[in-house]
Amino acid sequence: MYRKVGGIEITKNINLQCKECQRVYDEEPVYVCEYCFGPLEVMYDYDNISRTISRDKISDGPNNLWRYDDLLPGSREQAVNIGAGMTPLLKANNLGRELGLSDLWIKNDSANPTHSFKDRVVSVATTKALEFKFETIACASTGNLAGATAAHGAKAGLKTIVFVPEDLEEGKIVGAAIFGSVVKVRGNYDEVNRLCSELGDDKRWAFVNINMRPYYSEGSKTLAFEVVEQLGWSAPDHIVVPVASGSLFTKIWKGLNELQTLRLIDGVATKMHVAQPYGCAPVANAILDGNTHPKPVIPETIAKSLAIGNPADGYYSIDIANKSKGTANIVAETDIAEGIKLLAETEGIFTETAGGVVISSLKRLAESGKIGKDQKTVALITGTGLKTIEAVKDSIKINTIEPNVQSFNEMFSR
Amino acid sequence: MSKVRIRLSFSGSRIKRPFVYELGKKFNVVTNIRRAEVSDSEGWVVLELESEQKEIDRAIKWTIDEGVHVTIIEGDFIEG
Repeated sequence: MYRKVGGIEITKNINLQCKECQRVYDEEPVYVCEYCFGPLEVMYDYDNISRTISRDKISDGPNNLWRYDDLLPGSREQAVNIGAGMTPLLKANNLGRELGLSDLWIKNDSANPTHSFKDRVVSVATTKALEFKFETIACASTGNLAGATAAHGAKAGLKTIVFVPEDLEEGKIVGAAIFGSVVKVRGNYDEVNRLCSELGDDKRWAFVNINMRPYYSEGSKTLAFEVVEQLGWSAPDHIVVPVASGSLFTKIWKGLNELQTLRLIDGVATKMHVAQPYGCAPVANAILDGNTHPKPVIPETIAKSLAIGNPADGYYSIDIANKSKGTANIVAETDIAEGIKLLAETEGIFTETAGGVVISSLKRLAESGKIGKDQKTVALITGTGLKTIEAVKDSIKINTIEPNVQSFNEMFSR
Repeated sequence: MSKVRIRLSFSGSRIKRPFVYELGKKFNVVTNIRRAEVSDSEGWVVLELESEQKEIDRAIKWTIDEGVHVTIIEGDFIEG
């Protein structure tokens, strides 16, 4: 049974399914199973998709994430598209030499339109918001999600409301406010969270990571699809992923397995590695302690984009890390800036604090031998360092000279 | 009236305490269990509380004070 959206026939049969009790729901703006309160997940008719999908069909598609729309809850014709996706996958020879890894790759998602991977998920969420005929799109964010939501909301012509804590850095507020409405909330993290939960229940808004969450999170799969396609249709041996809510981690795994289900790749033996900072590591701690559920924490980390103390997909991330024979790494707060600098100095990529966590984790995985020298490894860089310059500005040395050659020579002949 | 979906996690001797019963007795909240798992060392319950928001807040505070981990099942909404 197919549907028509805006006069275009959607040749996909999509439902939502509870990850706990497997109850099936129609495609609606809902996110929690009304029976068991489990999270809902988009499910596809893989038999139907397998009849038409192919590597060539994907490669002939648009140069953005919507080339994978067979495996997304939306279509390229209807997409709210500001060019997210198809970011560079770079062979990191210099960093690899430094770490003793000969087949290291950096997936640089800071090359997205608002400079983070959040453009992927918000592009899908905004597309669905239009399809469900919402007039307002909203989110609560301390950084990347704010900019991505505001930008896509503007492109879609939706009223956009982005809630941020009052003490958020000005640069991040301006970076979102330029596209639309930003509301500063006088309150701490928990109070903003609570407000958004209540508004999410009261208003008929598309909250990108609340009632749009099943669709929103599907956008993360495209990171896995691209990595595989850019590696010549093969899954890497290792992926190092920064973990906040755990949504990205679980969806990368889902994406890899979908490609295998559809026989677009031969198999998936990828080890999924969790990277978290010391000040917010509920998922990594649970894995290292042998627990199945994360214990919530109050985040105290400079890696603000990973500061989710009660991760919605924590349980599922732990399961996948264990199932894939991956590991968990907790990076000292003082090592985050080191990771940022190492990537910048070797590969010319300035990443945000989450990227510093990934690179420091990668370094430890290489040193401990958990990643073998010749194993194909991908490190995910999910955002730009220009949004978090405060994390490294004190460790950067800047030379100052007088405006004459003598001063220059004195400085640089030392 | 408000509704809140929460997960209670507990371990050790707390496993034997009837927390859900006590919640309903001490506070004017309707408790509605949807999922649960209890072993001899740890346990968790996913349930909904329904009442006036202030009463729910009081009930949750009491539960936390009694040493039970309380989390909103949807997780944190604020993302980086």
